[in-house]
Amino acid sequence: MRYWDEHIECMDRSTLQEIQFKRLVETVKRVYTSVPYYRKKMQERGIIPEDIKSLDDLKKLPFTTKQDLRENYPYGLFAVPLSEIVRIHASSGTTGKPTVVGYTKHDIGIWSEVMARTLVAAGADKHSFVQIAYGYGLFTGGLGVHYGAERIGASVIPISSGNTRRQIQLMVDFGTTVLACTPSYALYLAETMEEMGIDKSQLKLKSGVFGAEPWSENMRKEIELKLNIKAYDIYGLSEIIGPGVSFECEYQCGMHINEDHFLPEIINPETGEVLGEGEYGELVFTTITKEGLPLIRYRTRDITTLHYDRCKCGRTLVRMEKVIGRTDDMIIIRGVNVFPSQIESVLLEMGEVEPHYQLIVDRVNNLDVLEVLVEVSERMFSDEVKKLEQLEKKITKAIEETLGISVKVRLVEPKTLERSEGKAKRVIDKRKI
Amino acid sequence: MFVKQISVFLENKSGRLAEVTGILGKHDIDISALSIADTTDFGILRLIVNKPDLALQVLKENGFTVSATDVIAIAVEDKPGGLAKVLEILYRRDIGIEYMYAFVGKVTDQALVILKVEKADEAIEVLRENNVKILPAEEVYAL
Repeated sequence: MRYWDEHIECMDRSTLQEIQFKRLVETVKRVYTSVPYYRKKMQERGIIPEDIKSLDDLKKLPFTTKQDLRENYPYGLFAVPLSEIVRIHASSGTTGKPTVVGYTKHDIGIWSEVMARTLVAAGADKHSFVQIAYGYGLFTGGLGVHYGAERIGASVIPISSGNTRRQIQLMVDFGTTVLACTPSYALYLAETMEEMGIDKSQLKLKSGVFGAEPWSENMRKEIELKLNIKAYDIYGLSEIIGPGVSFECEYQCGMHINEDHFLPEIINPETGEVLGEGEYGELVFTTITKEGLPLIRYRTRDITTLHYDRCKCGRTLVRMEKVIGRTDDMIIIRGVNVFPSQIESVLLEMGEVEPHYQLIVDRVNNLDVLEVLVEVSERMFSDEVKKLEQLEKKITKAIEETLGISVKVRLVEPKTLERSEGKAKRVIDKRKI
Repeated sequence: MFVKQISVFLENKSGRLAEVTGILGKHDIDISALSIADTTDFGILRLIVNKPDLALQVLKENGFTVSATDVIAIAVEDKPGGLAKVLEILYRRDIGIEYMYAFVGKVTDQALVILKVEKADEAIEVLRENNVKILPAEEVYAL
């Protein structure tokens, strides 16, 4: 089985564009009539749904940002009555409020479908045993892959993340053939296997779908070698649907976007101008089939480029390159989005710290570690070690509660953190990925 | 009765201590006692100097986080049990010691000790009652 839905995945582009146009028009009408916030934004621009006469008119529509989602927290942008919503997911937010996304039954169906395509492209079928080591819960990773694997009729092992030794034991005992987790966790599994004295030949693993964090070609090679599998990159964000927005095929030359559901654009992040094929800029998505939370021109902040030429796999779906950076200062640590501003607000709230700080991200034993350096101001300084240690603990606890991940806080001397052009350099990413 | 101690925040990296003492030396500031309390990440340098206000100022100017703290300097008999006697007095009055350290290389028949205690005024009172010799600040700075 090479494709899940050959009809769509290999459709000629003019037919695909007709479908996209029809769906776009429906979506614009839907948000105009059922989401006051969108109606207001469109009215401000003097646009009515009838102005969308071709796919090219997409660029007339206003952008949507994470800020819009926050301002409408939690359900303000939902386009259906809440009784139609069957699932809610959320991602962490910078202000302490998460970004909430809602799915109708139909949306869950689309999600299952695009994840089914993703898994089939990675070599899975109904005979596969798919071990899902993404976290289940509000995070979209676990359940997204789960529904896709169920859709193709595979045997799902919903183990969630953590419990590494047990993961490996079950992989051996249950004969797992497809692994789904973050790429760094895949490497950690490989290392733990070595420690346990389990050889890769004892596994039946054939492939893995890895996403939720950036990873390099070198990391791919290492995973493929250590686990004796083919490692596929997948991309998604909860605002659009979760995992399954785009996926790699066996040629591993960019990720095919499921563009019959998610319409991509690349824009200049400064001017908002739409860029051409092969140009690098910010990836923007318009969902054209979603009911619960349709998003118009949602700015992902991810920087990449698109390629429309036909792939060797036969798919005509556009390919996006690996994300090469962000337009904001967000960093992803163990799958969790972290913004320096979150740390800043924690330090400010504590009231005794001047927010001169720096985040140092590194990867130790294939796990991301975050160290937060905080400059000691006169106000917080004490001649007693005990008090400084208490302060360190207090900061650590407050940051961990905000981010939901463990951090190491280190107090440093004032004015020792690097400042460039008067502004502090907030993030030092030492991860070699 | 209190002696002004200068405390400096130092990261645990080489050369920092040399820098502090260098700055003090350049400004003709004499150190009569010092101690370092350290953890894995940072240390606190505590200094008794002849010109504490100047020391505070020049270290601040050089970007260090500095504070001044009142401590007590006492002289105890330089023989076994000398210090124990004093500590016993404080213990009986339930006065906890935050930290203490001795003076550097003073050859006298008395051992000179710096004390930082919880209840400073009460400590002075009880030490006086028990005839423990408390060194006046001027005398300490001049050492």
